[in-house]
Amino acid sequence: MGTGNETGVEALNSLIASKEQELARLKKQLVEAEGADKRASEQAQETPWRWPLKAEEYDRYGRQIILPGFGTDGQLRLRASRVLLVGAGGLGCPAAAYLAGAGIGRIGIVDGDVVEASNLHRQIAHSTSRVGVFKAESLIAHLRDLNPLVQYTAYTTHLTPQNAEEIVSQYDLVLDCTDHPTSRYLISDTCVLLEKPLVSASALRTDGQLIVLNAPVGSQGSMKGGPCYRCVFPVPPPAESLTSCGEGGVLGPAVGTMGVLQAGEAIKVLLKGKGWLESEVEDVRPSLMLFSSPLLGGVSMRTVRMRGRRKDCFACGEGSKLSLASLKDGSTDYVAFCGGKGGATVNVLEPNERISAKQYADRRTKDEHLLLDVREAEHFSVASIDGAVNVPFSRIHTAAGEKERPSWLPPTLPTDAPIYVVCRVGNDSQVVTRRLKDIGMDEGGKRVIVDIKGGMRAWKNEVDETLPFT
Amino acid sequence: MVTATENAQLRVVVEFSGGLEMLFSDQKRHVISIPTTDENGKPVTVAYLIEYLCKNVMKDSRKELFVLDSQIRPGILVLINDADWELEGEEKYAIQNGDNILFVSTLHGG
Ligand SMILES: [Zn+2]
Repeated sequence: MGTGNETGVEALNSLIASKEQELARLKKQLVEAEGADKRASEQAQETPWRWPLKAEEYDRYGRQIILPGFGTDGQLRLRASRVLLVGAGGLGCPAAAYLAGAGIGRIGIVDGDVVEASNLHRQIAHSTSRVGVFKAESLIAHLRDLNPLVQYTAYTTHLTPQNAEEIVSQYDLVLDCTDHPTSRYLISDTCVLLEKPLVSASALRTDGQLIVLNAPVGSQGSMKGGPCYRCVFPVPPPAESLTSCGEGGVLGPAVGTMGVLQAGEAIKVLLKGKGWLESEVEDVRPSLMLFSSPLLGGVSMRTVRMRGRRKDCFACGEGSKLSLASLKDGSTDYVAFCGGKGGATVNVLEPNERISAKQYADRRTKDEHLLLDVREAEHFSVASIDGAVNVPFSRIHTAAGEKERPSWLPPTLPTDAPIYVVCRVGNDSQVVTRRLKDIGMDEGGKRVIVDIKGGMRAWKNEVDETLPFT
Repeated sequence: MVTATENAQLRVVVEFSGGLEMLFSDQKRHVISIPTTDENGKPVTVAYLIEYLCKNVMKDSRKELFVLDSQIRPGILVLINDADWELEGEEKYAIQNGDNILFVSTLHGG
């Protein structure tokens, strides 16, 4: 046992000695390393970062910087630029994502709406967890995660003639990602007055359109510079000819494509720089890009040549009365100019030619009648009232021979059996009711023809809340 | 080649997009033949073509979605061989054999 103990003490002594040696060596290394660090940091202070972009910017943007024609100068131009997107929907989401990714210095987003579940199939920067959040803020949450180097500003309001100058004046380029003519004319007018280039895109169903306006910017009243929205579309379409994405439907990738293309055009304009934007070029002819991706066909992109500035343009033409003051004081009424609010309610029937959804629910079990649903077949296929006959609005209008008995009318229906007409929200049904009466289907007054006020939306609200409404 | 005889016809490709095709039997592309001259013996113009389309090709009764006050409805662009018709003389443009006339309804959704 004693021998064992002695051997143990010797071994420990020798281990301590070797550890002490190692410790001394490590301390020496530490001193050397500290010296090297100090020298390096002193050196760094002497020679500041020698490159125009930060290290993380080279890492992040390298793949676009090496593009021919882009370069460090291009990246610096983007970093110095401020871009405003009006609309954080199907166009704004992808457009903003590419602009943020590309390293635009400051991005502003204007949108007064909140995220809804029906947006998410196409408005890809929002998320299920952010339903109910302001779109401008939801989009910026997505963008911050994508690129924290960009400065973001959310405007949780709609652009109005009153706030347009204050917001737009803080940016160098504007993207119109809105969904109604009133905002399109307001944005264009503001861009003319503040001399900002405008990249405008739109989409519906499976089609899209894109045009770059006010580029070069030119000044109001001069023929130098690119045309504005009003030069190209001086007269807005009649309100009743408009179809919204809510009514006509929209294919996510189609509107997404337009937003992506919009970001591309914006980047290209910014890369050309201030010198180009302010150059005085006469008769600038923009091209309009038409995109189409029908569900039953191939993809087509077509570029057509458009006209230049219009001498007598209301906004940018000679003698234009449009000014920032007239914009603000409301003398340009955009809603009235565009023929009233979008989706304005039609009033073609007298009150006694209409019944409520509730009234119809009571009557439908009592009398023999025909319920005519005039929504398009796709809407009808989602959900309908039992027994309804679907004759889409467009087909009623193509019915040949106005005096003939329509083929959809059941031959067994007595001539005094009423016809109830229903549509989506109660506009088309009025037009159809009037038309059926005009072509004599009321059998000289023997047959009652009325429409259901508020359409299928009212049916859902008043009678059957389980109905999926599209 | 088409010669300018009385029976001569012009072959025109007429296209609709942006939803206008719905007024024309849901068909985007129509190849049609029209006379070379109108009832007064004048070469046919785009104005003639528009009237021809309303009378002979459009099955939908909602003419006002295409023509308003005998003018093409605001919000519809007319492109003659891929150029805005304002660059070509608008409705007075004399149609040539083989022309492509595109009617586009401007979209506003987003
Ligand atoms: Zn203009």
